[in-house]
Amino acid sequence: MRGEDPTRGGPPAALDVPRGWQTDRSRAPHATKIVVAGGFGVGKTTFVGSVSEITPLRTEAVMTVAGEAVDDRTATPDKTTTTVAMDFGRITLDTDLVLYLFGTPGQKRFWFMWDDLVRGAIGAVVMADTRRLADCFPALDYFDSAGLPYIVAVNQFEGTARHDPEEVREALALPHQVPLVQMDARQRVAVVDTLLILVGRALDTTPG
Amino acid sequence: MSQAVLCRKPARVRPYSLTGGRQRRCRVLLVETFVAALDTPGDGPPGPPPDGSGPLPPRSVPEVRAVPEARAIVELCFRLRSVAEIAALLKMPLGVVRVLLLELADQGRIRVFDTGHGTGRPDRALLERVLGGLHRL
Repeated sequence: MRGEDPTRGGPPAALDVPRGWQTDRSRAPHATKIVVAGGFGVGKTTFVGSVSEITPLRTEAVMTVAGEAVDDRTATPDKTTTTVAMDFGRITLDTDLVLYLFGTPGQKRFWFMWDDLVRGAIGAVVMADTRRLADCFPALDYFDSAGLPYIVAVNQFEGTARHDPEEVREALALPHQVPLVQMDARQRVAVVDTLLILVGRALDTTPG
Repeated sequence: MSQAVLCRKPARVRPYSLTGGRQRRCRVLLVETFVAALDTPGDGPPGPPPDGSGPLPPRSVPEVRAVPEARAIVELCFRLRSVAEIAALLKMPLGVVRVLLLELADQGRIRVFDTGHGTGRPDRALLERVLGGLHRL
């Protein structure tokens, strides 16, 4: 399973200029993360790359998973190996505070790895493409059941019609308190704004 | 791989690798957890302090030293790295990196840092700091 953008350019991330906090091995900054979820091709890697201070990196998890016919109890357990790729980036927010952004595939069969990924996360940005809204349903279901704060970011692709946000909200059956933003994942300012809205949402749901 | 909190329960009891002469804790290896090498570049694994007060070297050191991937991790960790960065830069699956990191931590070759908020949801103070940091971008 590969992410949507295999043609990233730029220098290898290993050559990225190290930040001051990386050279002091006696202490570490607070590490926090935000999950960016959504269907294939919705722009997760673009989103991460727009704000990351490093060239987005790709990490892979190799899994042995049961075959698709999980409901068929008569079937011999059919184990196959699958590789799940996550693209991630990093933002140094302060000398002692680092934010990671993890883009992760949204299909339901990857939920097992989300349990791991969302542990300790601030929340999730669920990216949606109005041409394929159903692709983000599994992510919405997951974050609803996991109790993780999330917002929906409708990525505006060139050549696609803008939709009335209320119509999108209705199509997603999105609770009124969950923010929905229309944005362009290629624009750094738009991505930062989206992250701000998510963190604000997380604050709203965190007891004082 | 579905468990981020890896508390190894060895099938065989190895007192030294279990305790290493110190209190053993579960180490939390989230994708964003920072780790750093305790070795200095060019050194082998650290020996016990000269006064003999330190733990005896774990028995498994020679085995793991032989794993080139473990050595590659230590070299990468001469700079502070997150678990995910190590996996990506060495093109190794996350699960494998986690296992090797736990072994290296047991041997006292790498240090695993607390994320600052454990595995729970970040508190308001941290969220406010993230908000402030994003505003300044």
